[in-house]
Amino acid sequence: MQRIDIHPTHTHGNFKLRRGNPSPFGATFVPGGVNFSIFSSYATSCTLVLFEKHAPKPFGEIPFPDEFRIGNVYSMIVFDLDYENLEYGYRMDGPNNFQEGHWFDQNKILLDPYAKIIGGRDAWGVTPDWDDIYHHRARLAFDDFDWEDDRPLEIPPEDQIIYEMHVRSFTKHHSSGIKESHRGTFAGIRDKIPYLKELGVNAIELMPIFEFDEFENSRPNPQTGETLYNYWGYSTVGFFAPKAGYAATGRFGMQVDEIKALVKELHKNDIEIILDVVFNHTAEGNERGPTISFRGIDNKTYYMLTPEGYYYNFSGCGNTLNCNNPIVRGIVLDCLRYWASEYHIDGFRFDLASILGRDPWGAPLANPPLLETLAFDPILAKCKLIAEAWDAGGLYQVGSFPAYGRWGEWNGKYRDSIRKFIKGDGTVGDMAQRLQGSPDLYAPAGRAPATSINFITAHDGFTLMDTVSYDGKHNEANGENNNDGSNDNDSWNCGWEGETDNPHINALRHRQIKNAIALLLVSQGVPMILMGDEMGRTKYGNNNTYCHDNDLNWLNWDLLKKNNDLFQFTKNCIAFRKVHPVLRNTWHFQNRDYVGSGYADITWHGTKAWGADWSTISKTLAFMLCGKHAKGGTVEDNYIYVAMNVYWESLWFELPQLPPSLKWHVFANTGAPFPEDSWTVGSEPVLGDQSGLLLGDRSIVILVGK
Amino acid sequence: MSLDISLVIENDVAKITLAGELDGSNASDFKAKIEEAAAADAKKLVLFMSELEFMASAGLRVFVFSKQKMGAGVDVYVIGAQEMILETIEKTGLNHSLIIQDEYHD
Repeated sequence: MQRIDIHPTHTHGNFKLRRGNPSPFGATFVPGGVNFSIFSSYATSCTLVLFEKHAPKPFGEIPFPDEFRIGNVYSMIVFDLDYENLEYGYRMDGPNNFQEGHWFDQNKILLDPYAKIIGGRDAWGVTPDWDDIYHHRARLAFDDFDWEDDRPLEIPPEDQIIYEMHVRSFTKHHSSGIKESHRGTFAGIRDKIPYLKELGVNAIELMPIFEFDEFENSRPNPQTGETLYNYWGYSTVGFFAPKAGYAATGRFGMQVDEIKALVKELHKNDIEIILDVVFNHTAEGNERGPTISFRGIDNKTYYMLTPEGYYYNFSGCGNTLNCNNPIVRGIVLDCLRYWASEYHIDGFRFDLASILGRDPWGAPLANPPLLETLAFDPILAKCKLIAEAWDAGGLYQVGSFPAYGRWGEWNGKYRDSIRKFIKGDGTVGDMAQRLQGSPDLYAPAGRAPATSINFITAHDGFTLMDTVSYDGKHNEANGENNNDGSNDNDSWNCGWEGETDNPHINALRHRQIKNAIALLLVSQGVPMILMGDEMGRTKYGNNNTYCHDNDLNWLNWDLLKKNNDLFQFTKNCIAFRKVHPVLRNTWHFQNRDYVGSGYADITWHGTKAWGADWSTISKTLAFMLCGKHAKGGTVEDNYIYVAMNVYWESLWFELPQLPPSLKWHVFANTGAPFPEDSWTVGSEPVLGDQSGLLLGDRSIVILVGK
Repeated sequence: MSLDISLVIENDVAKITLAGELDGSNASDFKAKIEEAAAADAKKLVLFMSELEFMASAGLRVFVFSKQKMGAGVDVYVIGAQEMILETIEKTGLNHSLIIQDEYHD
């Protein structure tokens, strides 16, 4: 018996149609056809526009019959389409009145906000045809990927070690040593999984991979004439589609499969994948920007508008997505659910997340519905949710982001404290908080140490090598007279601005980098390492390389040889963290002995054992972790002692005594020459004098008591 | 340029030979042959591809389908595929679920 609900009921020219299903939004396969569904609160009519792939003109336009509209949703099934070769868009008619916030224009062809694949920028950096009537073209995606038994890994948050990277920058440089056609792509990351395994990280965080336009605001570099792009991609064109230009197979429209193959392979290697997502604004910019999608479909719904009809700019990028409008909230939720279920993504980091907590007029909400919805969503229940807890409009919520027990935060205070302390400007009291997972910020609200994503460097700002090589930023190449990028870098050049042949300065820089890495990997919370910091990557003092498709961003893999000591040190510190659960506690320290070991879970020391110098001018601090208290006393670990000397002279540190039969062994000493600066797990030599040790100037020592 | 496709089944081994260009317009013919092989309960699927000049994404989709249709217990062999086609198979990760060889040995 043939089903009769898959037969056309209407025709338009040669097209056979049937009333569609309003949900799900987007284009969905149904038996014999495709279901198209799109909503607009203010449109008066809607037309589906169909193209063959890359064709300059559409081959058909089908107005939605009036009876196909339910509420504000236009839906229609079109039968017998060659869906392998199809691109589609919409025309919307309605009021056009700037002050009222309406931008309807029937002459524009609009991208479906729910497009799962977007054509038009199929290969990276290929100059588009500016006369094209439809630049970013919706296509259909298939969900027939063979996942076998793959599923998100659900690594406990406190056990994560995150590596932040940019898809293209990671392997684009010729020194990456992979096939040329794979460089700068998802396939390239897959080729480099053995490297990630060797380093030991267990999560990668990709800078934006939703479809964006690298040609947005592209312009010539005033210094060199080469093109400056929207390279980082913090400017979304479509939230459901992966960036085609990041896929080696983008030309074939196979980007979905390429990412899924990457995710599957990462998971096989016990590495999670977190996506950096940008819901605070879109690629349509301010009133002078292009009409791509949202603006022409429902401007007043999607964007925060001033009473005069202009765009509020809390993002610093021209417009602000109206995230707490219930409709926009829906699309954000649909998007994340789609990536979590369809791509098996393990977590999301939200760019300028504080915007997501503002009401439609920009005021911060006490109980932001979007943040709450995401926190309690059943599909996202095991996904990591990480907030960049500030925005460009001045809202700063590190420690106070509305968390609902679910949200982690990029801890900007951690970054600032560690940088200041290493160069000798910080205070030990502040450091003590950061090393413990910032209980001052999180414990009162019952938020776990893993709330704190600890980082010293990220894509924004200096690399770690530049933090110890430059006093100030050098952003001239961005063409904005060095006015862009942060001025608060807490950096110190160790005596010379920029690269130098001076062996003493270079040795100090390497030591300072190791100090930073050591502290990052013994801190409670979740460490995040910036791509390349493990090999001394430099951006030559540029702290805002958002527009450069060149060596300022591309990772030079030759640095692995040049700075092998940094790589080995980082690798050993990661391995050390992984083997010691006492560094990865689920809850904050209680500063007492609750297991009867004779030692409190954490104790503080200095040049004198049991006597830390807490004065504001103190340049020394040490702490000891009791292994019997690891993970709240549920697992047994060794004792760990960390001593920090940020003074410019060597100092003698008296050691706290271990229980009888245990001895202090040296895991790391940043003041020792390579390869004695760190040891592989299990090979740590016994410390000769168990009563104390001499710590070199600006050095950190990590001991393990076993 | 069209697609020539033929299927032979010998001792539980289904052999499909592809020549020409595989794209959206003829991928369904390829798919039909896979279904035929699955219906015959073949224990092995061998795809001879040395004469295949071009493969669009629709063709790749059929590969995905072939693996899922034949079931996990059936090995799918890709024999003599040209460089461009091999590249695409590799980048999309299909190479992990297919057995890729230059020549087929019974």
